Amino acid sequence: MRRALDSDGNPVITTSGLTKVYESRGRQVTALDGVDLHVREGEVFGVIGQSGAGKSSLIRCVNLLERPTSGTVTVDGVDLTALAGKGRRAGKDLRHARSSIGMVFQHFNLLSSRTVKDNIELPLEILGVSGAERSRRALELLDLVGLADKARAYPGQLSGGQKQRVGIARALAGKPKVLLSDEATSALDPETTRSILQLLRDLNQQLGLTVLLITHEMDVVKTVCDSAALMQRGRVVESGTVGELLATPGSQLAAELFPVSGAATAPGRTVVDVTFHGETTAQPVISQLSRTYNIDISILGAAMDTVGGRQIGRMRIELPGSYEENVVPVGFLREQGLQVEVVEQQDRPVPAQAPALVKEGAK
Amino acid sequence: MTWSEMQPLLEQGTVDTLYMVLWATVVTVLGGLPLGILLVLTDKGGLLQNRPVNKIVGAIVNVGRSLPFIILLIALIPFTTFVVGTFIGPTAMIVPLAIGAIPFFARLVETAIREVDHGLVEAVQAMGGGIPTIVRKVLLPQALPSLVSAVTTTVIVLIGYSAMAGAVGGEGLGSKAITYGYQRFDTTFMLVTVVVLVAIVTVVQLIGDGIVRLLARRGRTA
Repeated sequence: MRRALDSDGNPVITTSGLTKVYESRGRQVTALDGVDLHVREGEVFGVIGQSGAGKSSLIRCVNLLERPTSGTVTVDGVDLTALAGKGRRAGKDLRHARSSIGMVFQHFNLLSSRTVKDNIELPLEILGVSGAERSRRALELLDLVGLADKARAYPGQLSGGQKQRVGIARALAGKPKVLLSDEATSALDPETTRSILQLLRDLNQQLGLTVLLITHEMDVVKTVCDSAALMQRGRVVESGTVGELLATPGSQLAAELFPVSGAATAPGRTVVDVTFHGETTAQPVISQLSRTYNIDISILGAAMDTVGGRQIGRMRIELPGSYEENVVPVGFLREQGLQVEVVEQQDRPVPAQAPALVKEGAK
Repeated sequence: MTWSEMQPLLEQGTVDTLYMVLWATVVTVLGGLPLGILLVLTDKGGLLQNRPVNKIVGAIVNVGRSLPFIILLIALIPFTTFVVGTFIGPTAMIVPLAIGAIPFFARLVETAIREVDHGLVEAVQAMGGGIPTIVRKVLLPQALPSLVSAVTTTVIVLIGYSAMAGAVGGEGLGSKAITYGYQRFDTTFMLVTVVVLVAIVTVVQLIGDGIVRLLARRGRTA
């Protein structure tokens, strides 16, 4: 379901040199350290990192719930940092700009004193939309998120997944171009998480909605993101479309997104990792290789997706004979536009996976 | 005193007490609610963070709360006379009652509003809502059950204060109890007055709790 996305395309969210320093009791804590982020129109962009990496500060700086210490934030062509002014209070211009950026939260943040429908109407009340129009729009949105029968329920009567659907409907009320998702699925069970991610993906495709989400779960990035960035200690250490990340040798994100493992089945064989970064069409490369050179190939592990007829992912294969004997087949794979890395692992135990990117509990 | 002698005194006392307490409550809510909201908004990390204003309002509220009511009652005589034209009678008593209860109520409002989840405030900020919107559509509705409890508690405190006001020229059940029960050593009348006061307090508490329960039920059952 991941879309093949061109590297170019209009950036709809841009941060440049974004820095946020918190001061507490004379101590300075740098939460964001010069973050440059480019989210293109129509993509689902995931920012992943451990807690404390600064991803929450980042998303809160995008709509200026948090004032950046320095740097700029541009959303849909509007420089929000310029609108913010000096004071702590959000001025009229900033508030107006915010109304076209939807946001969903980890803990939903629905008003327990209002019905589901009235919760969705709240942003429209702020925008000054008339009662009849508000009601019509709220019901339409409820239908969109699959909760048409819950209009008169109170949030307290809903399950976590339903609450988040209401949260999403509310975020869409002002017809935003951009949706910010602050750990929207982190409080949900795996099955509900999948259904919420599916909804985000559907909305992204149906409405052309650009989604910036932050998460600590690699599965979320795997499931919905076109592009991803990895944050560590307030910096973006890797960033790009999934294809670009795969094409980057040694990319931690690519290794986590498409993990392959497996050791040689016998000594004297060559193990290679083949990376498909979406440039090649879905030709049956492996069987071609096998037929052309008359060799037996075992697939030790693979993590692949096929998107728009293009293959994306990684595969670990084993060729008979030493590397020297396999120079020609490896060359064939490279000619197909694939990235090939020889895994040197003779006599050595192989680490099962790349170093864990996220903490265990997060998985 | 016979029952037929007591009855008109009790009726008049009850009417005066309720009159004083009702109007004092109205004034207290009108004065204490904004004050309580101001205390939350101007506090450190608040939406209108303003240390000097917060400190000054906080100090006034603390002074108001620590003054014994009977002292306040006497100290306010010139002010009451200035506002109402007299310091005697139930109408005059509304002034010291309200002034005594406003700081108390303001603190209760502050506590109630502080309990509102900050995430809700952020959600409305993210929608583009300003401070008036946040106060009207988030803080007050979300804190409503606690605010109703605060009003209930304040009404009961005012009933107690109003009895004290009887000592300084007020009217009401307290005044009757002092004049007839205490000064004329009529223990029966004193006891009957106390029973009426207990009944009023109980009814107020029941009504308050009923409203809170009604409000809290939203969101749990259909």
